[in-house]
Amino acid sequence: MARTQPGATPSAADELCDAALSGDRRALARLLTAVENRTPLAEAAMRRFYPMAGKAQLIGVTGPAGAGKSTLVAALIAELRRAERPVAVVAVDPSSPITGGAVLGDRVRMQAYASDDGVFIRSMASRGHAGGLSTATTAAAALFDAAGFDTVLIETVGAGQSEVEVAATAYTTVVVEAPEMGDEIQAIKAGLLEVADIIVVNKGDRPGAHRTAAQLRAMLADTPREARPGRPSPKHPDVLLTTAPTGEGVAELLAAIDARRSAEPSTADGSVRLKRAEAQVWAVLSDRLHERIRALEGPIEEVAVAAQAGSGSERSVPAAELLRCVAANELDPYTAADRLLEMLTGTGRPGTVFANRRARKDPT
Amino acid sequence: MTDRPIKVLIAKPGLDGHDRGAKVLARGLRDEGFEVVYTGLRQTPEMIVTAALQEDVDVVGLSILSGAHLTLVPRVCSLLRERGMDDVLVATGGIIPDEDVPALKDAGVAAVFGPGTTITEVAEFLRANSRPRD
Repeated sequence: MARTQPGATPSAADELCDAALSGDRRALARLLTAVENRTPLAEAAMRRFYPMAGKAQLIGVTGPAGAGKSTLVAALIAELRRAERPVAVVAVDPSSPITGGAVLGDRVRMQAYASDDGVFIRSMASRGHAGGLSTATTAAAALFDAAGFDTVLIETVGAGQSEVEVAATAYTTVVVEAPEMGDEIQAIKAGLLEVADIIVVNKGDRPGAHRTAAQLRAMLADTPREARPGRPSPKHPDVLLTTAPTGEGVAELLAAIDARRSAEPSTADGSVRLKRAEAQVWAVLSDRLHERIRALEGPIEEVAVAAQAGSGSERSVPAAELLRCVAANELDPYTAADRLLEMLTGTGRPGTVFANRRARKDPT
Repeated sequence: MTDRPIKVLIAKPGLDGHDRGAKVLARGLRDEGFEVVYTGLRQTPEMIVTAALQEDVDVVGLSILSGAHLTLVPRVCSLLRERGMDDVLVATGGIIPDEDVPALKDAGVAAVFGPGTTITEVAEFLRANSRPRD
């Protein structure tokens, strides 16, 4: 797209990409910011980086708040560094739905690697994105991948029961549970546990840890072996015990992650890749659609009239005016969406934009 | 996207173990719409600067109550410059005697927020003085 922005001229973007690819961490950090902020620089970077990505092992770490995800990620970093494997971390924490602010606290547990160039940790706020990640997570993982980090750990926000998006982003999804956080009924509920490739009962030194692991194993033993036609094959996650602060069980966890990666037939890998591609393209498409619809302008009589009457926005922006009509229950949301699509594709006529609009019955 | 949140690193350099103030500020700035990275206690200047670089923050806020500010704060400032982050705003808070403020400002600190500063004052200062972002 031919958009210009200071600081993002083609050559500046190229320079920054070159620097990031040659190991300049500040350049990489700035590209990550661009991806988070969805600037034109991010698009330029993704065009350069995306064809180079696809090699890294993406590991999702999810689970309830307080289960020990960050501490476990720190323990995994230690294990990976023992083998001198470069590792990047994307740690997502929630944004406030009210102010847009966030406290990103995952780094507190991951402090030991300040002078280690083989570790790059980046916190991200979810910025209104539901599902446990932020919109930029997948793109950030691709940047790390292209920049040579062959392991990328993606830590989600504290997940409840249904934030399963990470499973479509990572090759291997590790669900972290803590002891005594629920009985067998919790283990048979739909959601998070269904997408786990590996389930970790963390805080293994606490009373009840073994019992929790045993209950999970017992419940998961009933998972059907074969996929029903038209459905993905059911997962048979290993249940492991770890004590993250001491590192106990962490080597076994990493071995299980690696074993999964090498044993997994490429078809499973392929379906994750397809899902991820779909999610990425759809997200960009939705951004682009929003952008273009917000930019729509039309000489719509009714809009002008409404504006003159002082009842709405002063600009004749169909999107804003249609939203106002929906808010006032004068138009249903389906019709409004269809109208916008028609205007976008040029099949709608200005006069018909508000055709189905009805005068709202005043309750008085 | 317009109106992106300003990203702030709140760090506790050195050996003092009192981070109530840092946490209150982190939470207060969250409520003011900032994205706040909090890194915990007992950070070396190197750890703080690495975190600032990887997180690409606009502001580094240092909370010190130990009296070691004249050693630690200039070290953070010079490391930031060394690593090309001279556009990052540095602010400090905690217990800092008035007579030390000029030395800190010479080292590159933009503001020293002592006891009694309101969160709104900090937020307004950061909004007005942090680097313009693209």
